[in-house]
Amino acid sequence: MIRTSETMYKYLRPDKTFPHVWCPGCGIGIVMGALVRAIERTGFTKDEIVLVSGIGCSGRMSTYLDFNTLHTTHGRALSFATGIKLANPKLNIIVVMGDGDATAIGGNHLIHTCRRNIDLTALIVNNNIYGMTGGQYSPTTPMEHKASTAQYGSIEKPFDICKLVEACGASFVARATTYHAKMLDALLYRAIDKKGFSVVEAMSQCPVQYGRRNKKGSPVDMMMWFKDNAVSNPAFKKIPPGEVGEQFPVGILVDLDEPDYLERYSQIVKNAGGDRL
Amino acid sequence: MKRHKDLLLHGNEACAMGALAAGMRLFAGYPITPSTEIAEFLSVELPKVGGTFIQMEDEISSMGAIIGASLAGVKSMTATSGPGFSLMQENLGFASMAEIPCVLVNVMRGGPSTGMPTRPSQGDVMQSRWGTHGAHPIIVLSPQSVLECYTLTIHAFNLAEKYRSPVIMLMDGIVGHMWENVQLPEKIEVIDRPEPSVPPDWYDPYDDLPGGEIVPLVPFGEGYRYHVTGMVHDKSGFPTLVHEEVEQCLDKLTFKIKNNLHDIIRIEEYMLEDADICIVAYGSVARSAREAVNIARSWGIKAGMLRPITLWPFPRFHLENISKRVKLFVVPEMNYGQVYGEVLKSCPKRAVRVTRVDGELITPAQIIEKIEEAAL
Repeated sequence: MIRTSETMYKYLRPDKTFPHVWCPGCGIGIVMGALVRAIERTGFTKDEIVLVSGIGCSGRMSTYLDFNTLHTTHGRALSFATGIKLANPKLNIIVVMGDGDATAIGGNHLIHTCRRNIDLTALIVNNNIYGMTGGQYSPTTPMEHKASTAQYGSIEKPFDICKLVEACGASFVARATTYHAKMLDALLYRAIDKKGFSVVEAMSQCPVQYGRRNKKGSPVDMMMWFKDNAVSNPAFKKIPPGEVGEQFPVGILVDLDEPDYLERYSQIVKNAGGDRL
Repeated sequence: MKRHKDLLLHGNEACAMGALAAGMRLFAGYPITPSTEIAEFLSVELPKVGGTFIQMEDEISSMGAIIGASLAGVKSMTATSGPGFSLMQENLGFASMAEIPCVLVNVMRGGPSTGMPTRPSQGDVMQSRWGTHGAHPIIVLSPQSVLECYTLTIHAFNLAEKYRSPVIMLMDGIVGHMWENVQLPEKIEVIDRPEPSVPPDWYDPYDDLPGGEIVPLVPFGEGYRYHVTGMVHDKSGFPTLVHEEVEQCLDKLTFKIKNNLHDIIRIEEYMLEDADICIVAYGSVARSAREAVNIARSWGIKAGMLRPITLWPFPRFHLENISKRVKLFVVPEMNYGQVYGEVLKSCPKRAVRVTRVDGELITPAQIIEKIEEAAL
């Protein structure tokens, strides 16, 4: 525990940006901890990492961590990150987004970044709600669940983020929850290490805006729900379709070895007689 | 790049060549008439010089990508037209707020909405100034010829780097698609991003330095770790709501432009020394205006032309000076009078407009007609 705190402290910007904006019981801090431990394990220096984020609760993560950090416009983080990566392929770029940020307003950018297979790591913190603006329903709010703009229950079919990005061509897709913090560390490490576009969905609890409206209990109750319903991917595949219920797979869901965008582009430059990094 | 002489080029091509000459090495864009030739040309030429061309999924992400590239230290550009320009406003505001140098080319077509994709217009003069939310200045340049598409694009990059600001090249469909025989200049001035003068620990990317000196933007990855945000920020780049810091952040955006008007504003005066009538024209319309001046002069009417090459910040002081000498301003433009309104603001003298929004260029005869009418 003490060692973890030391690691955390090494990467925080304590004098500038605290207290942070996250509510008591929020899961985003756990996700940030996992990200820091994963980066520590990669051995990259702070200067070699660029942390890009969108708008919303998760988007604030870039403010608190001591890397090259870019807090972009809502939903557009992946486009900014694409420009950085193409301009300087040596940089390791991690893009933190929330569920609304990544799959609603930024949905178009998400699917096309998958398709291009640009060497970026996307960390999507999914808490099933727009937290910062006060609990409106997002593309991952489950059917019939309540939100401040779905007082009678949501009637929209939610996205499965991992299935979405898999279908769009991401090289690496994984999921963990705030209960599975150590698994999240390991998955993020793999994702950062992976060449090509990687997506890690971190399921997180929002007790204030989502849990409260939907009688999910305390933050601990919400994390216990993650524990009870998360199933490792191989085991999940064996569950008969009729018996899935609320269960969902965690761990590595997709791991492909395909040339990334820059590898292909470098070939174009070479053929055109140009010279590139 | 090989220096060319005596080339037959169209405006869009010259603009793209100017960008390459200025050192632009990343272009991100989305196809749209009448700007697409810029993207097509650069998709061929950028790989040859080791640069990056990428066609994005829309104009929003195109603007995002060029901001990202600029933050990584590479001069970057996008090109679009009306509907795409509307989509770019969000991230254009970000570039202004976060003070990221980049160049946005807007080859204006008829609007509003889808409007007339293949017909020219000058309808985006006000959008280029006021299109984003919030208050911030912007630099907007308007070329009248193929050669100027080349030279002003280089100038746009220089201003972007010098003032850490997005710069808009506001072309129109006629200038973009017009072919001319041009001699590109042998020597050009290219301003690159300066090195920081302080070590990382002392670096504040948004510091307000005495004398209005602008802090160089250090590319990501060079040891100067800092935070960039579209939120109102303090001098170190972190969000703030402290009144003094908010004011300082926003004032700085305004004054870095306002205090350098003499350096930023370029105009052309044509036969204005003894003129009674001053035509104010820009872009392709300035070509008709020049001819109208010649015709009027041949009839003994003392006409002249002021051509704002820099549309924003608007050359108000130049107009004020000229208004002391002339009796009448005539403002022809391919909209309902966007610059005409600025002329009215700048000088209390009589001003009339010549407007045209049917997708055709204003002719010298139309301008002459207005001069005759007003002279009666």
